[in-house]
Amino acid sequence: MSASSIEVRIPTILRPFTKGEKTVSADATNLAELISALDKSYTGLGDRLLENGELRRFINIYINDEDVRFMGSLTAPLKAGDSVTILPAVAGGC
Amino acid sequence: MTLRITRAYVEAILEQSRVEYPDECCGVILGPEGSDRAETLKPMINAAHSPTFYEFDSKDLLALYRELDDNSQEIVVVYHSHTETQAYPSRTDIAYASEPNAHYVLVSTRKEIAPENEFRSYRIIDGVVTEEDVEIVAAL
Repeated sequence: MSASSIEVRIPTILRPFTKGEKTVSADATNLAELISALDKSYTGLGDRLLENGELRRFINIYINDEDVRFMGSLTAPLKAGDSVTILPAVAGGC
Repeated sequence: MTLRITRAYVEAILEQSRVEYPDECCGVILGPEGSDRAETLKPMINAAHSPTFYEFDSKDLLALYRELDDNSQEIVVVYHSHTETQAYPSRTDIAYASEPNAHYVLVSTRKEIAPENEFRSYRIIDGVVTEEDVEIVAAL
């Protein structure tokens, strides 16, 4: 696999971790590996995506156009050329 | 900070909150990136269909952000209704607030209050809520 083969889009609220970069890249074969790789490059980012080893409830991650929750969450497979989008949920309630 | 919004949009959001009652309603107003102009009203479906919770559907959320990217727009306003409580951000609202540049608008459909008085706007940044003025105009 070539270096940094998966493109990851970072939402505004997490850009302080990526020095303002909107898009970063990393190498991984599944989502757990990707998050671990991102956290190595951008310290603290992993903690904003995971809680007790699970994907945080209010973070949505998509591989290409598919919500990873329908693809096995952290075990969702990744391959070179995939595009990952991270979006905070828009939610709330009384 | 002040939210500047057209009267037509204020009325549309209040109307949506009445139509979708007893569920919470939700939506966004979009504008050009960095402009802080509430130009395009976009009501969203409350995927939670709940009187106490709202959430954009995950597919709708992705489509919305793709549209923003394609048009160099951003979310200027995120709004939702409270059905029986005041138009003030709840703990849940604060926990989920993730757009530091957005105006968070709350409306309430509770009966004992004239709805016109319950259209309020806030900034929610790092868990801190700051109410702001709402300037209602005929046109932006």
